[in-house]
Amino acid sequence: MAKSTEYGSTYTLPFEQPIVELQKQITIFEQKPDAAEFAEEIESLKKNRDQLLEKIYRNLSPWDIVRVARHPQRPQTSDYIEMMCRDFCELHGDRHFGDDPAMITGFGRIGPHKVMIIGHQKGKTTQEKITCHFGCAHPEGYRKALLKMKLAEKFGLPIVTFIDTPGAYPGLKAEERGQAAAIAVNLLEMSRLKTPIVCVVIGEGGSGGALGIGVGDRTAMLKYSWYSVISPEGCAAILWKKADEQTNLQAAEALKLTAVDNLANGLIDDVIAEPSTGAHRDPQATAKQMEHWIVDRIRELKRFKPQTLVQKRYERLRNIGEVALAATPTQH
Amino acid sequence: MTQTPSPHPIDTSELKPIHAKKGVPEGLWIRCGKCAAMLFRKAVENNLWVCTKCQHHFRVSGQQRVKQLVDKDSFEPFNTTMAPVDPLGFVDLKGYPERIAAAQKKTGQNDAVQTGMAYIKGRKVILACMDFTFLGGSMGSVVGEKITQAIEQAGENNLPMVIVCSSGGARMMESGFSLMQMAKVSAALARFDDQDGLFISVLTDPTTGGVTASFAMLGDVILAEPKALIGFAGPRVIEQTIRQELPEGFQRAEFLLECGFIDRLVHRKELRTEISRIIDYAGK
Repeated sequence: MAKSTEYGSTYTLPFEQPIVELQKQITIFEQKPDAAEFAEEIESLKKNRDQLLEKIYRNLSPWDIVRVARHPQRPQTSDYIEMMCRDFCELHGDRHFGDDPAMITGFGRIGPHKVMIIGHQKGKTTQEKITCHFGCAHPEGYRKALLKMKLAEKFGLPIVTFIDTPGAYPGLKAEERGQAAAIAVNLLEMSRLKTPIVCVVIGEGGSGGALGIGVGDRTAMLKYSWYSVISPEGCAAILWKKADEQTNLQAAEALKLTAVDNLANGLIDDVIAEPSTGAHRDPQATAKQMEHWIVDRIRELKRFKPQTLVQKRYERLRNIGEVALAATPTQH
Repeated sequence: MTQTPSPHPIDTSELKPIHAKKGVPEGLWIRCGKCAAMLFRKAVENNLWVCTKCQHHFRVSGQQRVKQLVDKDSFEPFNTTMAPVDPLGFVDLKGYPERIAAAQKKTGQNDAVQTGMAYIKGRKVILACMDFTFLGGSMGSVVGEKITQAIEQAGENNLPMVIVCSSGGARMMESGFSLMQMAKVSAALARFDDQDGLFISVLTDPTTGGVTASFAMLGDVILAEPKALIGFAGPRVIEQTIRQELPEGFQRAEFLLECGFIDRLVHRKELRTEISRIIDYAGK
């Protein structure tokens, strides 16, 4: 994925407004026929712009982070496959109903490892976005993922999943074809697959649709991704009775959905660094960071016997949850 | 919580209000929220909280469900004092601790599920009954942990596992912790499956969201009460997505039967018989 402009973005997020003016000035200077004479000014303006942008990104609110995670130029599963994977061999279809483009699956090599890659795909062009339902997979997507994961298990390949979905598709046909059942079966089967599974939330980790390919031995989140039981808007609509700018912000805060929060709560293992102003400004650097993490984790996990791996995976899940003991017992 | 008054055995939002008449003691009559018929409360109670007129299955509390299902006095509860905490300091229009306290006061329960060992028509089972009257039966850490421990008990003791589901889904106020309970319970069921355990899932009104997308749909045998709402996404969300009205009966138990996702529709009064029958066929 090529950088769209020099500083990597043609789409301005609301909180990036302060740099718009600076960028305008830079463009004016650069377009002058005698631009070379203003090299110093341009350089200084660019420095200011970059510093300002970094400062903004250091203090993003959780709701701002959700926006970065949804940035239209944010790299997607297909980009990361292209950037970090040699000889990708895509495999289609769930052998039952169809082929869901919102879920990409296939063999690939990452570093020294042959792996099975599973990932949500949101789509780039408007047409693609529509066919991918904006990254919301249907039941056949989850079934396709499971089928390929079992294939990986059979041939001893580790599984790498890229999570990037607002949620599983909430539609009529999806319900008819058993959205809930498809996800449920994935949770159960992934917990006992006898091969290493590493998961990375690369953008949006929306609820059951994310978890449906998210049960593994190690989970990481990119710095500006989110992972939660519900989207901020969904939460705001239910608990605040309306989803607007104000309540979305409050819900995003309350849900503790950022990478840093999820790490602090012990729900993920690592936060993978992104370029200080977001993955969309330097996809290559992001891919490199992620590749290191994946390669290292797989190396570490390959040392375990399959039974030990499954046992440890169970123990990890088993320990999640915070409960207390009440003074009075429940009535019967 | 013996000092609190006895909680209502059903979700009272399903009843239509009645105008009190002079001389008639309160609570003697109720009005069905479905068919609006005036019903003698005692008769409905004796009918296991199914409307005597239109057969509407009212949403019963976890406590009431246990009482209806098990042989008299055979229920030995697990983890009765396990209670929720507020791991995220969650505040929406109210604080989560405040919501918990209100729900505990209303229901006499510490959280939204009852688990324990019991007999159903003489068959020993491990039973979990979710409670919609407690914060919509939502699954947070307590529900996840109690059900997981119950499944582990069933595995260790070679007993069938019966879960009666009634839940709006994962509990938002515990966010990521709630989400991971879906994986935790499903992983426990994977082990139970490896031990050849029998899991009977009973879906009642409503079973949606993260509960449907985990253990509810993982039963070896899946039963459902008539007309129960069962689905992944809520009907309103789907209407917003597809921008059209949903067909009559969509996401009802009958619809799921037609789509092939449940094994049997079972009237509440047949539930004990059906469960024990399946245990006789498939249990150890």
